[in-house]
Formats: sequence, structure tokens, C-alpha cells
Amino acid sequence: MVAVTLAKDRYLENFDRFARVSAGSGQEWLGLVRQAAIARFAELGFPTIRDEDWRFTNVAPIAQASFARANGSGAELSPRDIDQFAVPGLVGPQLVFVNGRYAPRLSSPGSLSDGATVSSLAQAFTDARTVLEPHLARYADYARDGFTALNTAFMEDGGFVYVPRGRVIEAPIRLLYVSTETADPIVTHPRNVIVLEEDSQAVIVEEYVTLGAEVYFSNVVTEVVVGQNSVLSHYLIERDSEQAFNVSTLRVQQGRSSNVASHTVLLGGALVRNNVHPVMAGEGSECLINGLFMATGRQHMDNFMRVEHASPHCDSRQFYNGILDGRSHGVFSGRIIVHKDAQKTDAKQTNKNLLLSEEAQIDSKPQLEIYADDVKCTHGATIGQMDEGAIFYLRSRGIAEDAARALLLFGFANESLERMKVGPIRKYLEALVTQWLPQGKLVEES
Amino acid sequence: MGPNGSGKSTLAQVLAGRETYEVTRGEVLYEGKNLLEMAPEERACEGVFMAFQYPVEIPGVSSAQFLKAALNAIRRARGLEELDAMEFLALVKQKFKVLGVDEKLLHRSVNEGFSGGEKKRNEIFQMALLEPRLCILDETDSGLDIDALKIVASGVNGLRSPGRAILVITHYQRLLNYIIPDYVHVLVDGRIVRSGGKELALELEEKGYALIEGGAGAAAPGRR
Ligand SMILES: Nc1ncnc2c1ncn2[C@@H]1O[C@H](COP(=O)(O)OP(=O)(O)O)[C@@H](O)[C@H]1O
Ligand SMILES: [Mg+2]
Repeated sequence: MVAVTLAKDRYLENFDRFARVSAGSGQEWLGLVRQAAIARFAELGFPTIRDEDWRFTNVAPIAQASFARANGSGAELSPRDIDQFAVPGLVGPQLVFVNGRYAPRLSSPGSLSDGATVSSLAQAFTDARTVLEPHLARYADYARDGFTALNTAFMEDGGFVYVPRGRVIEAPIRLLYVSTETADPIVTHPRNVIVLEEDSQAVIVEEYVTLGAEVYFSNVVTEVVVGQNSVLSHYLIERDSEQAFNVSTLRVQQGRSSNVASHTVLLGGALVRNNVHPVMAGEGSECLINGLFMATGRQHMDNFMRVEHASPHCDSRQFYNGILDGRSHGVFSGRIIVHKDAQKTDAKQTNKNLLLSEEAQIDSKPQLEIYADDVKCTHGATIGQMDEGAIFYLRSRGIAEDAARALLLFGFANESLERMKVGPIRKYLEALVTQWLPQGKLVEES
Repeated sequence: MGPNGSGKSTLAQVLAGRETYEVTRGEVLYEGKNLLEMAPEERACEGVFMAFQYPVEIPGVSSAQFLKAALNAIRRARGLEELDAMEFLALVKQKFKVLGVDEKLLHRSVNEGFSGGEKKRNEIFQMALLEPRLCILDETDSGLDIDALKIVASGVNGLRSPGRAILVITHYQRLLNYIIPDYVHVLVDGRIVRSGGKELALELEEKGYALIEGGAGAAAPGRR
């Protein structure tokens, strides 16, 4: 308890320094938001396992660690250094962030016509205030969550995407976060703001990778506003180092008849918390929440879904698959909240888990809070080993046992990838997933 | 042929190598080799193929991936060059045509969401592709409409050759209108109680198994 308090104080001290530096930059409006957020963080602190929403995840390793603020290190990277993270066949704007800071030399934002904008958030603070201000920190609720409060207090950079009314951006927009080796472990607070006006469309790919960095903490908040009749796909690819911490919150505000797909793939990190929180505020909207988490060693991956049906005739579909090996621990909490007026809600949730070792562990918890009476809500979770009948089927066709197991495991992961529409991203993930598999080579060879 | 529960599927599964069955007595010689000592995949590589009564769904694994893995495993075992993606596709398409299979199948997950008929037809297609020397069809005709039945039958007939044995397990004489058997054996309670030519199937159709069982009871007592 003492240690936790100390860590909190460190953030509060850091904030005072941070606030002094960023004061007087003509961004008083931002300063006010940050001040309110740090005040709330001072009250909330970090959650503990006594908190119902954090029952299965002990964040003490984050709360007790001493993370320095990023100081612009890694700026010397050249485009060649990040070649290894290229997605074959993917064309589109790409913003690269090194240790949380926008790296213009590594980025290719392209130039979008018709008033669409892809830029760093730091730039948007000055250039796009009129778009930002009505949305920033309006949806990701820093009053409820310590990590979001912390992010909001320290937010200074991230991706900003603005798609005006009627505009369709087909090329996926990639936000690539690279962590590099630093003298001391650092914390970054990436903040992404995506605003789609009505009748528009975009694809966002958010990815976290490491270049030699081992211990670091990414505390991410992505706020997304999807206007009436708009279509958004969001991909989160988390490939942090096996000693890193990643807490991220995707908060989506959906307008009438909007259509959102959230795809998440967690592969890295020592302790990962993945919050996905869409609010279907407009009638007739749809939401697909698709995820895959693969953990081994002592990795801990917690997926926390909070799907809010806040208006009538909305459909939500959740599919999360988990593969757990070694002594890893997976968590899936799927909360569906159906508000009083959200009649004709249709909500489905499926969480399937494969345990590959005796020591691996999964906690799967559906939670329905239903305040309307005319709704359809279903949920199901499975926890098991590989299907021996399926293994026999493959072997009876000549496929060796180890290859059959590898193929089956790939298939289980691929169920999630198949729901992704962007071909190059799907292929890229197929390769990453195959690499991860204990016998992935056998899948490649077959 | 034989009534429900007489051990037909058990025989088929044991031959294919299903490990949930324990063989307590006897041996199975296949081309001079002890089949029971081989792993299921070795048997497949040696040319044994069982069309499953209940084919298994494998979500996330495309038929293309599965078929290519199987075909190349068997080709390796036979000392043949593995096929690359292009060669594989060409071969598959040619076989698809013969059996009237839709090419879209390649991109679908193995058996997932297939109708009963599609699953059975897929088994026959795999058989045609892998060119086994011992084919065991476990009630491939059950639950098929007449069109699907004809397709399955033509697939089987297309494979008939002197170098290949085909064991067709069925309940119904109906299939035998399309696949004319060389021999008919009747399995009751784990034993072959009668053997004969194709007329035996007709006789069964007429009299039913009860008569045969009764008639054979003294000669070949069941396990029980
Ligand atoms: N040779 C055998 N020894 C012991 N049990 C057997 C044998 N053959 C079949 N059985 C048992 O009889 C049951 C029915 O067998 P099955 O093969 O499914 O019949 P069929 O396919 O002819 O309907 C199964 O539970 C199986 O375990
Ligand atoms: Mg049977």
C-alpha cells in the first residue's frame, strides 16, 4: 500500500513539472482538462484487485515501478530501422511514434484532399482545436478509471484523424508506436483521437512494437467518434516486449446507423490490459468486437469488454479467442450493458479459450446488465484442450501428429483473423501468429 | 452391410487407426504389413483412406491448406516431389471438375458450415485427390438425396481399378443401385455372418436383417 502511494506521488510530482513546461503555449483549454484529470487521478490512484473490474489483474508491477517520462530519446532512428515493421502490400498514411513522440522523418502522412486530416495529436492541439475540443476527453471517462485519468493528464502526442462528412478513406491509416532502448524504463501516454463525421469511412491500424526496449509502460487511450451512417474499422496489434506493460482503452462513440469493427491481437507484453468500450448511442448501429490473445511464459493478458447498448435496434457481436501456454494467465470479461431505452437490442458474445499447458490459466466472465425488456442477449464461453477428433481427422489424411496439432492451433487463431477485412493486415497477422505457435514452422511448410 | 450397432464403424475406425479403440485380439495385415503397428498418418501414407461417417469441422483451416498439407505428406511418403501452390491448384481444379465441386470450397474452412451432403461429397473428393489403395467408406450414403448419392457413386466408380480395394459400408441397398459391389458381406454383432454376391444385398432388402441374423445365429453366434 505504501509503495503504491509513493508511485502515485511520483506521477503527481511529474505532472507539476509537465504542467509548468506546457503552460503558456496558448493551450489553456488543454491545461484545464489535464488539471482536472490529474486531480481525479490523485483521488483514484491505480486500481487494485479489490476493484471488481480488476479482480483478475494485479497492476502492482505497474503501480510500484519507477518509470521516467520519455525525453525524446530515439529521435535518431532512420527509416531503415523500422523496415522490419512494414506490412507487405499495405499502402496508406503512416504515422510513426518513437517512445511516444511523433517522428516526422519516419512517417508518411500523405496528403488527403477534401479536408481530411491525418496528423500528430501534438500538431492537432494547435491546428485542429475546433475539431478536437468538442470530443477530446468527452468519451474516455477519466472520472472512472485511474489509467485513463493518468493518460488524460499527461497526453501530449498520438494520432489524430479527422474525416469530414461524406468522405471515404479506403487506405488504412497506420499508427505505429515504436519503443526503443532507454537509460531508464519509461512511461508514455499515447492518445489517439479519431473523428469520423457522418457518411464517412476509415480504417485505423494501431500497433505497438519494440526495438530493443525491454521494460516500459504504454498507457494508451484511443477515442473514436463515429458519426451517423459512418463505417470504421479499428485494428489494435500489440507486440510489445515480453517485459513491457501495456494498458490501452479503446472508447468508441457510435452515432445512428454507424458500423464499427474493433479487431485486437495481443501477442506481447508481460502485463496487458485491453479495454474495449463502444457505446452505441445512435439507433440502429452495429458493432463487431473481434479479438485474439496469445500468451505464454508468464504473460498476463486481460481483455475487458464493456459494450453499451444505449439506443434501440443496435447489434453487437463479440468474438474473443485465447490461446494460453506456459504459465500464462488470460482474462476475458465481457460486460454487456443494455440501457433502459435500448429495446430490440441484439447482443452476442463468444469467448473460446485453448489451454496448452497444465499451468496456463484463464478467467472468463460474462456479465449482462439489462435494463430494457425486449432484448436478445446471448453469451458463451469455452475452455478446453485441442479437439482429439479433429487431430485424428487430419492424421488420417496423412498429416503427422505435430503438424496436425500446429494446423489446428493455427485454425483456432485464424478464426479471429478471418473476420478482418484488410487483406495485407490479415496476411501480416497470419505470419505473426504462425511465428508464435510452438510448431508454427510446420504450418508454413504445409 | 449390417444392422445398427453391429460394429461397422468400429471396424472402419480401427483400420484407420483411431486411438480410442483398443484392439485386444487378432492382427490386420495390409499389403503384407502389420497395419495395427502404424500411426494413423503412416497408414494414410501407405494408402489407407477412410471416408468418415461424421466428417469433422475444422474452423480456421482452409480446405486448400488442409488438402495441400495432406497431399504433400502422402507424396513425400511415396517418394514423389511435393507440389507447389500452382501445381496443387491445377491438380485440384481438374479433380473438382470431374466431381462437379465448386472451387469456392478451397477457401472455406474444412467442413465448417457444410450441409451433410457437402461433407460427404468432400470426403469423396479427398479420396479422389489422395488416390488411396484401400478406401473405406463409412455410410457415406446416409442422409444423401438422390443427386448427392449419384455424385458420391460416380466418385467411387471413377476410382475403381484393379490396384485398389474399396470397402463400402452401408445400411441401404439403394446405394448399390449405383455402385455394383463385387462382394457383399453381412456384419452382425461383430462377425461376418454371410457373404455373397450383389444378390445378397437384394435379399437383405427384401427380408431384412432379422431373418439373416436368425438364420445365421446357429452358424455364427454373436458376441453378446
Ligand atoms: N469388435 C468389437 N468389440 C467390442 N465392442 C465393439 C466391437 N464392435 C463394435 N463394438 C461396440 O458396439 C457399438 C456399436 O458399434 P458401431 O461400430 O458404432 O456400429 P455400427 O457402425 O455398425 O452402427 C460401439 O459402442 C462399439 O464400441
Ligand atoms: Mg456406424
